[in-house]
Amino acid sequence: MNDDCNDGDDDADDDDDDDDDDDDDNCSLEGNYLNVNMSLSSKQKATVKDFFSKMSTRSDDIGAEALSRLVAVYPQTKSYFSHWKDASPGSAPVRKHGITIMGGVYDAVGKIDDLKGGLLSLSELHAFMLRVDPVNFKLLAHCMLVCMSMIFPEEFTPQVHVAVDKFLAQLALALAEKYR
Amino acid sequence: MVEWTDSERAVITSIFSNLDYEEIGRKSLCRCLIVYPWTQRYFGGFGNLYNAETILCNPLIAAHGTKILHGLDRALKNMDDIKNTYAELSLLHSDKLHVDPDNFRLLADCLTVVIAAKMGPAFTVETQVAWQKFLSVVVSALGRQYH
Repeated sequence: MNDDCNDGDDDADDDDDDDDDDDDDNCSLEGNYLNVNMSLSSKQKATVKDFFSKMSTRSDDIGAEALSRLVAVYPQTKSYFSHWKDASPGSAPVRKHGITIMGGVYDAVGKIDDLKGGLLSLSELHAFMLRVDPVNFKLLAHCMLVCMSMIFPEEFTPQVHVAVDKFLAQLALALAEKYR
Repeated sequence: MVEWTDSERAVITSIFSNLDYEEIGRKSLCRCLIVYPWTQRYFGGFGNLYNAETILCNPLIAAHGTKILHGLDRALKNMDDIKNTYAELSLLHSDKLHVDPDNFRLLADCLTVVIAAKMGPAFTVETQVAWQKFLSVVVSALGRQYH
């Protein structure tokens, strides 16, 4: 049998918890009922916080690597960095900016219970100044997941992967909130 | 026709030559079913997919993951004509299996994450570029015969 079968023990209650959490997390009846959109359960929020805490010693590396990989694998993303002398993967401005972005992601982890409210000014920045096409948030998220998987292969289980992927998707939605 | 540099060919060949098809195939398909649960719609006859643990222990899923990876072999062996190599498989996925082609991209992303975990620092930027280029050609070929 494979190792993953035994690893599942800790997470055997995963889906049971999700059912209980649906009532308090996914049904915000006041205001925006369109909020029933793959939002995070309590258990997934805890998973995200836990994994990001484990990751914190390497967060700069992950941020720098992720942005490098974004501009390498999806060269069209370099269009946002035409003001840099060198926007190639691994260059100093790319690494530095990757670290900045990762800092923002960590900040968002702290605001995981209200991403839209907590990221209001960042959303305005992206909407009115940066105007990054939201499709690129997904591409960067993918590169971040690849780096997390490379650097933390044991910890980045499928259960952690889905929680982090959902979080990054929610983060992207919050950033695009003010776009139109 | 897709152009491949010698370096890209070497990267792809090297990844496949070191690949444990069973391990990587199983892990990738399981990860896809867990991270993107709507993909489970295509696996109604595969037994228990109740939660992550049962998915990870499901032997039918494991076998199918291996099958998928061996299917990728064909692209490796025909890198200069992936489009035609997969014409029939594309029709199969469209007409018989009725798979939304966006799922190919989801599985490809999961495969990349699993390979990154396996290779660690050896999964360099250049490796990822070549690997994702290869997968995007495969994904495109598999979606090509949809009508």
